[in-house]
Amino acid sequence: MSGSEVVIVGGGVTGLSAGWWLARSGVKVTVLDKFIVGWEASGRNGGGASHYSSPLFDEEQRLWPQMDELLGYPTEHQKGRILIAMTERQWEQYRFIAERHTRLNHPVELLDVKQVQEAVPLAGDNCFGGVHYKFGGHANPQRSVQAYAWALQDLGGKIVQHSPVTGFETAGGKVTAVKTANATYGCDAVVVAAGPQIPQLMAQLGVNVPLAAARAEMIITEPAPMMPLGGVDGHKIYGRQTLRGNLAYGGGPHEWLDVDATGPAARPSTPLARNLAKRLAELLPKAAHLNVIRSWAGIIENSPDGRPIIDRLTSPDNVVVASMSSVGFGLSPASGHAIRDLVIDGKCSFADIDILKLSRFDNLESDWREKRGWMPIS
Amino acid sequence: MELNFTGTDICAINGTRSAPETHYDIVVVGAGPSGIAAAIDAAKAGAKVLLVDENPVSGALMGNDIPLYFGGRMTAATQNTDRMLEAIFMSMPALETAMDAGVELLLGTTAWGVYRNGPGVASLPQQVVGLADSERSWLVGFDKIVLATGARDLAMSFPGWNQPGVMGAAALQMLLTRYEAFAGQRILVLGSHDLALETALLAQARGIDVVGLIEVRDTPQGNAELVAKVAAAGIAIRCGQTITSATGGINGIESATLSTGDVIACDTICVAIGLIPSIELVDAMHGPRALNATRGGYIPAGEPSVTAVGDCAGLADSGFDHIAYRMDWMRALSDISADDTIICQCEEVTRADLIGVQPPNYLSRPAPMCARSLDTLLQDGPANPDQIKRLTRAGMGVCQGRRCRDQVAMLLAIEADKPFGSIPLASHRAPVRPLPLKILAEWDEPAEMDAAWDVWFGIPTQWVPVEDLNTPYQDEHRQMLYTGMYT
Repeated sequence: MSGSEVVIVGGGVTGLSAGWWLARSGVKVTVLDKFIVGWEASGRNGGGASHYSSPLFDEEQRLWPQMDELLGYPTEHQKGRILIAMTERQWEQYRFIAERHTRLNHPVELLDVKQVQEAVPLAGDNCFGGVHYKFGGHANPQRSVQAYAWALQDLGGKIVQHSPVTGFETAGGKVTAVKTANATYGCDAVVVAAGPQIPQLMAQLGVNVPLAAARAEMIITEPAPMMPLGGVDGHKIYGRQTLRGNLAYGGGPHEWLDVDATGPAARPSTPLARNLAKRLAELLPKAAHLNVIRSWAGIIENSPDGRPIIDRLTSPDNVVVASMSSVGFGLSPASGHAIRDLVIDGKCSFADIDILKLSRFDNLESDWREKRGWMPIS
Repeated sequence: MELNFTGTDICAINGTRSAPETHYDIVVVGAGPSGIAAAIDAAKAGAKVLLVDENPVSGALMGNDIPLYFGGRMTAATQNTDRMLEAIFMSMPALETAMDAGVELLLGTTAWGVYRNGPGVASLPQQVVGLADSERSWLVGFDKIVLATGARDLAMSFPGWNQPGVMGAAALQMLLTRYEAFAGQRILVLGSHDLALETALLAQARGIDVVGLIEVRDTPQGNAELVAKVAAAGIAIRCGQTITSATGGINGIESATLSTGDVIACDTICVAIGLIPSIELVDAMHGPRALNATRGGYIPAGEPSVTAVGDCAGLADSGFDHIAYRMDWMRALSDISADDTIICQCEEVTRADLIGVQPPNYLSRPAPMCARSLDTLLQDGPANPDQIKRLTRAGMGVCQGRRCRDQVAMLLAIEADKPFGSIPLASHRAPVRPLPLKILAEWDEPAEMDAAWDVWFGIPTQWVPVEDLNTPYQDEHRQMLYTGMYT
């Protein structure tokens, strides 16, 4: 497909990675974004990159250590994670997870309290123990998203910001062009990776993509002294110590929302910051004096089973739809590769991703959101 | 895995939040003259009124230039909370009037966030303001909130500004009057508009040696009467000049060098170029803001939940174009600043790295990175300060951008060759004051919050390893890690 033109709808991390992969294969790529690249959940998340439940896991693990070099820009990727248990129940759960990893040949080590504190000096002696993942890791979402965008441009790809997609032109069972308010972009193939806006966009092509959007929140502290291992999860929160030293953490209850076709009207944070602060002060008691200096929220979408949808449609047959179902950042090096394969070869070259097909929802009940309680508060 | 859905997502926020501790008809934030007057009026009309003011703030916060640009020039007296409280009462007799009128008064209490239901959130039991003192944080419900948060100092960078002794006019006035706790003796004032003239006269009246005012424009900018008073006081206004650098030692500033080559000995450089209406709370709640050049910059523009009074609603309009004036200063200071001049003190971001959109110095800069700049970013669309903040870290530090937010916006406008207002200001976010985790934490949260708490969405099928799908392990996984969401 070298020389053909692919339009990517959505400049989040998934669309940008897909664009970068396609550009590496000689495809002419144009990424259209309604605002600025990575502005939604792709640039607002915890940065984790340890998604062992995904069929894309091996590729995620293979690629992240190379991404700085491949992209040419810093992503702040760091290897390894620790899961610290703060209750007996958590310790039981985390050991269960550790056993799973061992069975799946993912290297993990159980840590006692002293070992936890050696790796994570901000931890206290109030923990039950930890699980050290000697795989996975984390990166800086904002920097990584921009890195994809710039790397894509360096390969000749185009990024058009402030250009929400308004519709498609179709002919002969294919999408032939993607329209924005100001321009029409002719194409040989389309990738729709527009996050919560996917359902409205795909409805224009007569395709039902079941996704529901929700708001989640994070807080960040002033810098702390750098710890030997900054990828610290546990106590039902997730996050990382940034390379500057800040502690950035999220987790906790989400709020289901309806999202306009043009995107979220706002991304308000709420007093949930206080509940995050409580858990972070419990997880890392020696950080309890650190100032919280910001909080923020992001809007993410989920499929009915919480797993991604990465699929090339049968009609129109030149469209790939991609939603990572609220877990997109870490998997992005691999999701982009998979999307590239679907666009060019019609099949993922490195993993069996049939479970991510849209068709698994063919018989989904129309009231799936109501049944799950995934409805906005009325 | 057979899943039967209950119609309820127990990991959703619905019904998990705590109700506010108390509820007032009116909460007034800021106990300056405007805030006190608003509180008294409301109390006299029969309302239940809470008046909060963050002062006295802790010495640690003052050291981070919160809420004003103190520049490390406060004496040890500011560490004594009792003395500071007494000083506030002594300097503001109207506080007693307010209490007599039935206003409930909390000093040393910060309002760090205002929250109400609206676009993107419908889960709040009612609209609340987050408060915090030195012990804890809590939420207070209100029918109406009045912001009287005043104005803060506009900081300006030049070579050497990032050392103790460079401070703002509002901070200097507060230290000289209310607290009697200014640690300097010999000050040079930047600016010659009313703020600078008033500050110079005040300082001299308090026995401080005012060695002069520097004015980048060709004539003094303030009203003629004040200019005459300054002249009569024997204080020189040096027009058509700028500061080119400041040098100092362990105790901070020792001298300033001017564009004329003159070197002036001083221990304090007071940046009196402008005040910024303190709109943090409105901006953090995404309330509308509007740029008003004659009222000091961005001001609240019709957020229905909020009434703004006093300087935070905009400085008194004398017809003076504050924005044009600041931009003249910024251009002059930018011209004389070397590439390595620090713009963001917290994150040590230099002028060159801001304009170059380069990452912090703990990251590598491969060739493609070095080739990027504001110019290349502008080819992708209008400059957005939040995007540049994320990449350069300017404004990401513990002072929450108080020292650099406004100058970054000005510098970007200059570099992009656009009018100031065409490039938005980097956003404010709650908490609008730095709050320690242990203070911000809701230690006594409702049981419903903990019951709903999951690390992510609590979707049992989301995290089952793909290898375990359709094996006995998947049910084991669900039983071990998820409870209650699905039966």
